[in-house]
Amino acid sequence: MGINRREFLKIAGISVVAGLGGASAVDLLRRAPVEASQVSPNPKALTAKRWAMVIDTRKLTETDCKRIIEACHRTHNVPEIGTKQEVKWIWTEEYEHAFPDDMNKFISDEVKHRPFLMLCNHCDEPACVRVCPTKATFKRADGIVMMDMHRCIGCRFCMAACPFGARSFNFGDPRPYVKEENRKYPTRMRGVVEKCTFCTERLEEGLMPACVEVSNGALIFGDLDDPNSEVRKALRENYSIRRKPNLGTQPCVYYIV
Amino acid sequence: MYDGGKIITGLVVFVGLVTFPLWSNVGRAAKKPDPKIDTPVIQQLAEKKCIEPKAFMQAEHMKILNDWRDSVVRDGNKLYVSSSGKTFNMSLQKECMNCHSNKKKFCDECHDYADVKPYCWTCHIEPKEKEKVAWASIEENS
Repeated sequence: MGINRREFLKIAGISVVAGLGGASAVDLLRRAPVEASQVSPNPKALTAKRWAMVIDTRKLTETDCKRIIEACHRTHNVPEIGTKQEVKWIWTEEYEHAFPDDMNKFISDEVKHRPFLMLCNHCDEPACVRVCPTKATFKRADGIVMMDMHRCIGCRFCMAACPFGARSFNFGDPRPYVKEENRKYPTRMRGVVEKCTFCTERLEEGLMPACVEVSNGALIFGDLDDPNSEVRKALRENYSIRRKPNLGTQPCVYYIV
Repeated sequence: MYDGGKIITGLVVFVGLVTFPLWSNVGRAAKKPDPKIDTPVIQQLAEKKCIEPKAFMQAEHMKILNDWRDSVVRDGNKLYVSSSGKTFNMSLQKECMNCHSNKKKFCDECHDYADVKPYCWTCHIEPKEKEKVAWASIEENS
């Protein structure tokens, strides 16, 4: 008793169909719980179309800045290294370094030596995002330039691309340099780049960024797309400047001078 | 057979060397992992249940953690509604490890056995294991 060509093809065809169907059925059953689950943003979260910050430098003294920097760095477990390998999310700079394009030979002494808070500008056209080879740094729909530390490979292209020096590289393990761990936020590891994230983790819980919270009103944070927001009000009523606007990255941190 | 003695001795030595991993480990089987969930937080739960059924968590926790991480970091989603309809925070440090504060006995127990080395803890801060001493003494007393 043999099997002819026609019967063999029939059996083979049916087996293939059964095999494919069976595999997909098993797959469906296995995945069911994950697909049935749902994720959603926290309803308490603060949202905006375009987050932006206005820094009223007239209201900030050296001690205010120190307090703000400390609040930020403590919240985010930023290490205090103190050498050229320093890591910083927010720091101060003199006018001359902050706004090199606007540096006249003679300016008021007070402005010249006033501390200016520097942080990531969360640009509309972020150069860092364009160069990142792994899409570890990306721009969210609400304008925040965010980092996915899980994907950063430490190539530092973003640091080369950022015209504001807002990014720092972890040359070594930052853990030993974190004085007081905030156990609700991770640290970083050796070989990744980090920067200010406009406190996305706080916004998601309905809180203002850490720096804004301790600034006594000198830092204003809000929606640039909303004409009635506090940032728009501050920009309407005061003359403001931005860092290196001629580079076309459209920074979203404004300075009232 | 020429040089039979040498060949057979050589073969015996060769087989001995090749099978070294097998016979050297006879009777030294690694202890079966025995993860513990008896943390103070879990003890106080009215219903001792994880976010999803136990069997599912055992098989798929790594996938859930991956999904959560992308969802939180990329899409800003913070809340997870489980198949039982309960809502949880998607956070390793703040949610998972809040209950499972015994990383050594909960995570490492199986990971060491299976020789997998997840790199969660290079950045995420592991829970302080002072509690471990606390429940060790509870176990001794009971």
